[in-house]
Amino acid sequence: MRDEMKVSLKRRPLTGWPVRAVAVAVGLVVSAGGAGAQQTDITIGMQLEPPNLDPTGGAAQAIDEVTYANVFEGLTRFGPDGSVLPALAESWVIAPDGLSWEFKLREGVTFHDGTPFTAEDVAFSIERAMADDSTNAQKQLFEGINSVNVLDDYAVEIGLDAPKGSLLFNLAWGDAVMVSPASAESNASNPVGTGPFKFSEWVQGDHVELVRNPDYWGEAPKLESVEFRFISDPTAAFAAMMAGDVDAFPVFPAPENLAQFEADPRFSVIVGSTEGETILAINNGREPFSDIRVREAIAHAIDRQEIIDGAMFGYGTPIGTHFAPHNPAYLDLTGMSEHDPEKAKTLLAEAGYPDGFSTTLMLPPPTYARRGGEIVAAQLREVGIDAEIINIEWAQWLEQVFKNRDYDLTIVSHTEPMDIGIYARKDYYFNHDDPVMRTLMAGLDETADETERTKILQAAEEQVSKNYVNGFLFQLAKTGVADARIRGLWENAPTAANDMSAVYWEE
Amino acid sequence: MLRYALSRLISLGASLLVASGVVFFALEIVPGDPASYMLGMNASPETVAALRAELGLDTGALARYLGWVGGMLTGDFGISYTYRVPVAEMIVDRMQVSLPLAFYALFLSTAIAFPVGIWAASRRGSLADSGVMGVTQLGVAVPNFWFAMLLVLVFAINLRWFSAGGFPGWDKGFWGGMKALTLPAVALALPQASILARVMRSALLDTLGEDFIRTARAKGLTRGQALRRHALRNALIPVLTIIGLQFSFLLAGAIIIENVFFLPGLGRLVFQAISQRDLIVVESVLMLLVFAVVAVTFAVDLAYAAVDPRLRRRG
Repeated sequence: MRDEMKVSLKRRPLTGWPVRAVAVAVGLVVSAGGAGAQQTDITIGMQLEPPNLDPTGGAAQAIDEVTYANVFEGLTRFGPDGSVLPALAESWVIAPDGLSWEFKLREGVTFHDGTPFTAEDVAFSIERAMADDSTNAQKQLFEGINSVNVLDDYAVEIGLDAPKGSLLFNLAWGDAVMVSPASAESNASNPVGTGPFKFSEWVQGDHVELVRNPDYWGEAPKLESVEFRFISDPTAAFAAMMAGDVDAFPVFPAPENLAQFEADPRFSVIVGSTEGETILAINNGREPFSDIRVREAIAHAIDRQEIIDGAMFGYGTPIGTHFAPHNPAYLDLTGMSEHDPEKAKTLLAEAGYPDGFSTTLMLPPPTYARRGGEIVAAQLREVGIDAEIINIEWAQWLEQVFKNRDYDLTIVSHTEPMDIGIYARKDYYFNHDDPVMRTLMAGLDETADETERTKILQAAEEQVSKNYVNGFLFQLAKTGVADARIRGLWENAPTAANDMSAVYWEE
Repeated sequence: MLRYALSRLISLGASLLVASGVVFFALEIVPGDPASYMLGMNASPETVAALRAELGLDTGALARYLGWVGGMLTGDFGISYTYRVPVAEMIVDRMQVSLPLAFYALFLSTAIAFPVGIWAASRRGSLADSGVMGVTQLGVAVPNFWFAMLLVLVFAINLRWFSAGGFPGWDKGFWGGMKALTLPAVALALPQASILARVMRSALLDTLGEDFIRTARAKGLTRGQALRRHALRNALIPVLTIIGLQFSFLLAGAIIIENVFFLPGLGRLVFQAISQRDLIVVESVLMLLVFAVVAVTFAVDLAYAAVDPRLRRRG
């Protein structure tokens, strides 16, 4: 009878909550008031479908949103608050010279196919990601690693060219998860990891299903199965939530509907922060933007709150530099670029553009860019800058803006955590060359001391802000909707993830 | 009859060849690279180059075109760039949604349109006729996605008789699958049925004006009998043409409906593949749709001949 109940629960997407209520009621009667009545499956909505399920083989966030902390685990991991926690590595010791780290691995861990997880797998995973023919999208995470030595089955030593303060942080990324040589090649379609959930099925275009891993080394998850459903259309997403087809939509694609969900006691709206710094990126290598006064003028032309209210329905935190406000090292530098159209006009006149100029603004598909772009263009027009809006697709944005750097202005959210280091790269699409940033970033990697690191990061934040490299708009909010009885979902998004290990239904 | 079929077959082959060239080279000039798309913003140029080589994108366009066409002739559609699975497999999977949906909608559309069209034609000028004309006019004018959202609102959100979308898969049961396809099929079928009913009615009215109908009436048949025994068959040619066009539209044009109901069909596959620059999938699905349209036209041509013996002899 228990099994029968499970079946009817699984079909719930077809039948809606009345049947679910009946099924739960039947379960209650059958199990005579036991805990068996608790719902143990969940359907999570996602806007984009992952192209594959191997977090080490693609940049798509959707891959991590399905697999991170559910199927795959790394030596370290991000917690819900963004802190770096031990995962498959129990503990570690840094050599006094900072050039080698010894990791002690958790014992008794097995991959979902039954093969034990040992130091050999660590060496394999890291070497695979670093190899010349590697297609790891975040290969730079492993920069500076020169050797991975297996000491014994459960101890491994990572050798470095220079001290690397960011090593633990880097190893927590989805792109650095541990994979087994036996299954690495087929992880794209049949992921095999060490996590609390095992891959069950992927009906392409529709859903991915994970089931509880009975042999998990850590605390067993409360859910028995998790289904990720892919619904790209915002209206359809709304309908699916309303009809009860989907239990939670952690990143809900239509902020305009959130008020409606908030007013409905069946749902809870979960607002948190992400690592996405949304910026008006400026091509610093191109006239007239090579003149810092022009860039400063643009910064003062922008009214952040108006963009947040108008494009994001009030969700988002203003930023004055390329850094996440929820990070302890964050400095509020919004004062450097206050909304001041008069000052902007004066600066433009000083730079030789008293009547402004014409330029282009390329907008990729996300709402923040398309809606925010309209408002930014209007604000620029007020100070005399006539920005022609050009809507483009992601693939074209990556090719034309990002790779060929053929653009004037664009709006994009940089979702990688802790990515202020991009301002030290002169080959980056900002076309900005800053030796000071290069020195700062090199110094940052050499130190593992938190106070020292904070000091360097804050200096970098100021450097980026006072050079007006880009227009800094706002930190992207994570706005999700869930059935009000669901507990344990992440509020913030320190990395792209839907960690389901602590999620449960409250009765 | 054989010569007629053969000449149609040759033009079918030529259409396909031309289409393959247009599809392939048009997509070649669209900016965007699948490898950069997959690797995102932090990847180094070397990583992108490694992936391009792995995907076989580092060879010339002409060589890839010939390889693609040659592969298709032997049934090999290549490997998807993003999903890394054979394109043929993906297409077969998606067809299991799109094809039944198209047939379901076509069935509903003809099942509604035939009786309604015949009924309206047999009562020409009556209140019923004007009523049918008015309602079908509305059916033609209403966009199907709007109608689809209305259906979701009423039947999924308020009444909860159906889910708002998604497809459980045929392996979870036939009726579950049919149930999931019902709202989309209705949304697709109603505008089509309106068009078809109007065509049916006017084709019948045209035929009813012909001399042979007057003769049939003169020998004593009632208007209804003449309509059923003589006019109907002769009115079928324009109706068949519309059905053929509609089937192609239902197969290829369900993309918006598939998005509204988040169905894993061909339309959504193409939609996704375009944004991810999974060109080989886009090309192969487009070719399949071209093939479907051409094949349906071919089938309709043959059906004409079956309905109208004069076409058989003309060849």
